[in-house]
Amino acid sequence: MRFGATIFLASLLAAAGIVLRPLIATEIPPGERRSGYTFMGPETKAMQDDDTANPGMLGALDGEALWNRKAGATGKACAECHGDARASMKGVAARYPAYDRPLGRPVNLEQRINLCRARHQEADPLPYEKHDLLALTAFVAEQSRGMPIAPDTVPEIEPFIAKGREFFMHRQGQLNLGCTNCHDDNWDKHLAGSPVTQAMPTGYPIYRLEWQSLGSLQRRLRNCINGMRAQNFDFGASELVELELYLMSRARGMPMETPAVRP
Amino acid sequence: MQRRDVSTRRRFLGLAGSTAAIGAFPFAISIREVEATPETMATAIRSVTGGATVQTGKVKLDIPPLVENGNSVPMTVTVTSPMTSDDYVKSIHVFNEKNPQPNLGNFYLKPGAGRAQVATRVRLADSQKIIAIAKLSDGSLWSVTTEVVVTLAACTEDVM
Amino acid sequence: MAAALINVPKKAKSGDVIEIKTLMSHIMETGYRHTTTGAVVPRDIITSFTCRFDGEEIFRADLFPATAANPFISFFTVARKSGKFDFEWIGDNGFSETASASITVE
Repeated sequence: MRFGATIFLASLLAAAGIVLRPLIATEIPPGERRSGYTFMGPETKAMQDDDTANPGMLGALDGEALWNRKAGATGKACAECHGDARASMKGVAARYPAYDRPLGRPVNLEQRINLCRARHQEADPLPYEKHDLLALTAFVAEQSRGMPIAPDTVPEIEPFIAKGREFFMHRQGQLNLGCTNCHDDNWDKHLAGSPVTQAMPTGYPIYRLEWQSLGSLQRRLRNCINGMRAQNFDFGASELVELELYLMSRARGMPMETPAVRP
Repeated sequence: MQRRDVSTRRRFLGLAGSTAAIGAFPFAISIREVEATPETMATAIRSVTGGATVQTGKVKLDIPPLVENGNSVPMTVTVTSPMTSDDYVKSIHVFNEKNPQPNLGNFYLKPGAGRAQVATRVRLADSQKIIAIAKLSDGSLWSVTTEVVVTLAACTEDVM
Repeated sequence: MAAALINVPKKAKSGDVIEIKTLMSHIMETGYRHTTTGAVVPRDIITSFTCRFDGEEIFRADLFPATAANPFISFFTVARKSGKFDFEWIGDNGFSETASASITVE
């Protein structure tokens, strides 16, 4: 078991006088982290690798159109303030979820887009998980493709990361499962024919073959929580944002792949 | 988000004796017997071949033997042919056994194609046989048959 | 908003066999899904895809409910002369979309 192997290695290194950053329980060592991409078959990988064969790119194309479309009472498009997204949005998605000072809590990229719409375009928020918000998020996040995941690190955000981590670790629901039981302790094993990944959100919004459409990380998390038979949360709930924040922090340094393809 | 009719795939999961029944949550959906049978596929094939003899060979079907998700299965059909105006592949027809309908796609080529190779993505409802039949310009028919295993995603989604 | 992604090489030498890849956004509703109340979600699919070069058909495909959502189709053609590829998707409920791409053949 990986856990046992890690402790063995740690004790060897300790014996050799090498001090290790304390590994809390079952966290995956940074060197062993793998994107969900690596668990896929060659055909699905090929689907992601080819921009003209990746169905998620269709969403990103629609997102680009939305970026340039006037919105709200101000009649301004995103492009009017932000210009060419390829320049202005580079690295942005990699920093999310980020701390929003006026709200006093972290927000994810979808919420940031809606906050911009409200504050700067005087436009109604785009509904969660509907095509427009997914497309716009995919377009913005695509501009961070290849860049290392680097969610916000301001001191104020620490307690929220801790809450997300607490959710990931504790057992819950009818199956008395914690996310960590599968994704830290049993990754690379199989659940009903599908590989258990490490749950690194490297490519969201993803084109998931199961959904046959683009979908957000929150949709995936709600799917997981439902699978665990635990109490679920609505889109936009702070618990989900905290979990997203923890997952992105856990994936710090891994390259963004948006729009990824996943089974 | 509407509930998808997953009756045939659920039955497969049950038959496979999977103990990971996490996905087979007993939602109240109507179990519909909508499934192609080997007879339906045979009829569909006959409408293309006209009952003529189909030889095995020349056709290659590239499809993952273990499908990651039955909703979108990449499939490439290649037929060995010089693709000249005298000797070319006129059409390729792909069939399946267990989807509600027997057809997966028909493709019509011209000699100027250069290569008789077509790729697309199909939906497969269950583990089953796939048959690709090529009609050549001289009227001959060639085919290949492949078996594919399809599994369900482990944790199904609640109705949105 | 039906986006399409086409991949045609911009340039080719005469006689080259080139691959053309197409991706069209479409839900490809099978007609076999049901709502929670048991009502059938009606079929809504692309039924036919055609590619023409300078007006002449070079490739055609019949699509079915078994075609995956956001249909991806790739095929080959021999580059003979410079010109324009026209792509057409036709389907249920009057669905009709076109796209085009030019090629320079040396």
